[in-house]
Amino acid sequence: MSLDIVVMQAFNGLSLFTVLALMALGLAIVFGLMGVINMAHGELMAMGAYTTYLTAVIFERFMPDWLGVYLLVAIVLAFGVTFAFGLALERGFIRFLYNRPLDTMLATWGLSLIMQQTFRNLFGPREVGVPSPKWLAGAWQPTAGLSIPLSRLFIIGLTVLVGIGLYRLLYSTRWGLRIRAVTQNRAISGAVGINTARVDAITFAIGSGLAGIAGSAFTMLASTGPVTGQQYIVDTFIVVVFGGVDSLLGTFSSAFMIGQMQSWLEFGLTGSMAKATILLCVIVALYFRPSGLFALKVRR
Amino acid sequence: MRISRRELLKKSGAAAATTIAAPYIWPRGAWGQTTVKVGILHSLTGTIAIAEASVVDAEKLAIEEINASGGVMGRKIETIVEDGASDWPTFAEKARKLLDRDKVAAIMGCYTSASRKATLPVVERSKGLLYYPTYYEGLEMSPNIMYTAQEATQSVIAAVNWLAQNKGKSFYLIGSDYIWPRTTNKIAKPTIEKAGGKVVGEDYIPLGNIEFASVINKIKAQKPEVILSTVVGGSNVAFYKQLQAAGLNGKNQALLALAVSEEEASGIGVENLEGFLSCMGYFQSLKGAPNEKFVKAFKAKYGPNRVVGDTLECGYISVYLWKMAAEKAKSFEVPAVVAASSELEIAAPEGKVKFHKANHHLWKHARIGAFMKDGQIEMIYESPLIEPNPFPKI
Repeated sequence: MSLDIVVMQAFNGLSLFTVLALMALGLAIVFGLMGVINMAHGELMAMGAYTTYLTAVIFERFMPDWLGVYLLVAIVLAFGVTFAFGLALERGFIRFLYNRPLDTMLATWGLSLIMQQTFRNLFGPREVGVPSPKWLAGAWQPTAGLSIPLSRLFIIGLTVLVGIGLYRLLYSTRWGLRIRAVTQNRAISGAVGINTARVDAITFAIGSGLAGIAGSAFTMLASTGPVTGQQYIVDTFIVVVFGGVDSLLGTFSSAFMIGQMQSWLEFGLTGSMAKATILLCVIVALYFRPSGLFALKVRR
Repeated sequence: MRISRRELLKKSGAAAATTIAAPYIWPRGAWGQTTVKVGILHSLTGTIAIAEASVVDAEKLAIEEINASGGVMGRKIETIVEDGASDWPTFAEKARKLLDRDKVAAIMGCYTSASRKATLPVVERSKGLLYYPTYYEGLEMSPNIMYTAQEATQSVIAAVNWLAQNKGKSFYLIGSDYIWPRTTNKIAKPTIEKAGGKVVGEDYIPLGNIEFASVINKIKAQKPEVILSTVVGGSNVAFYKQLQAAGLNGKNQALLALAVSEEEASGIGVENLEGFLSCMGYFQSLKGAPNEKFVKAFKAKYGPNRVVGDTLECGYISVYLWKMAAEKAKSFEVPAVVAASSELEIAAPEGKVKFHKANHHLWKHARIGAFMKDGQIEMIYESPLIEPNPFPKI
């Protein structure tokens, strides 16, 4: 194995880490704060992906000269659309199901099926083509044998930005303070005057918005179709559960571990065996630490 | 005339009962000799609808054309469409409904092997007839199923031999992890050795997987002259996008896919596909009057932007093959239609093809083509008609 391959493989691990982290962030904060297991998280990503597709179509038709920057606009739009959808969803649907975790799971799963069929009716059963902007196509080649895909560099950068943004939101704003307080102890937070219903709504919307950003960015790597969400949801859940449901640090470290493991195992074994091995490791780890690797220790 | 309430209830009740019971009282064929029923059973919803929904369009087009030209033996075809919903038990249930309740003369249907395997016992028990329009792994021959697409040996052997002669001798095999890719590669490996080549890597990724970076690195480490891909579905979009991003493209790497047709092109993005190869039984760009007529009719009915591919064409000819067999047998009875299908020849859009004497599969061409800028495939190589051999000795 040449040095080039080792370097590219290390980069892959890093890239996979950011992909997984970006997928899981939205689910993690919703899961952690509200205990809501949102099975429609993947479909929210697909919604972000379709928003990107529509933005591309509009840019192609009305301002082809600006096609290069459409992706940046699309990511912002995807966040906006899924944020609004998440807010409506929480107010009109999810909030009636709090404290009934099994019912939420079933209800959001049903929602995911409805959303899939809606995508199929609106956009057709086939995948739609989302163009890559010129500056994202191809690879950066520092040496002859080494090629680093630009789309992956872009996703690494985006994840870093989103991670920092989320950290700032949670740890340097009043809103973040409230969200953290409610996550740790809902009853006491309510007693000291925090409007927990409002915190729930905003957090769910932010979680949905993060899914939208992820879905939008992943159009550069993968397909955009009615079942796109299904491709992401399993990995997303593994990352969140493995890391512990209520700590962002846990989500990041679990994404890092799974990303590295997957990328090296895939290199050494076949893709299917790599996946099976990872699932086995996760099961063993959860056996010894049922609430995940980095569960927050708080009095309940 | 005055009708009392009691009278009205009685009469309407009797009328309703007659309507419901009618199909059970009058047996098949004794009533309404003016039509013949054909069932269409594909997934219109769920994950596989991506591939199947358009096959329904092609089959409906064939039925419409046949009805416009007078039907089958003077009887118009009445179409009953059922949704298999990408769910194998649903396929079995709907097949039972079509055969036992609707008494259809034939079913055009199924896409994945799983759906066909679920439908097979139902069709055999009810002595029905199923036309299956998808290329598949072979290893099956039901007396009640006609297979109108390629079985594995008909594409992969021709593809491997052509690649070994024209593109290189070292092969990397990559596929989705289920029966079709694994069977196909099982046939491919001895064929590669016989052609003087060698397999430098073999990799299977889970269905629906979207992460190909490590696999692509492995490919780069092995530097194969040819990649033979049996990746299916949405994974292909990720595969080609990530190949392109890693600097592998149609100009510097030979890659032949056995499951990527024109229909997938727009989702994958033509800029990611250009120059890569595909092996199929049919391409939209084929020359010849029957194909030009088919493509024109399809676009006229469903819109100029629609694209046809291998499975669509096989669905289209399935209906015609059934019609021709029924007319040759002068009967809609299943044993007679099956017997008449032996060595039945059709001038299909893909050229002249004919059923095998005994094994229910078609003699077919294997065709290899390269993707062009517009997402169409330009044919480079065409094999002579290949005998179907669903149970190859490997």
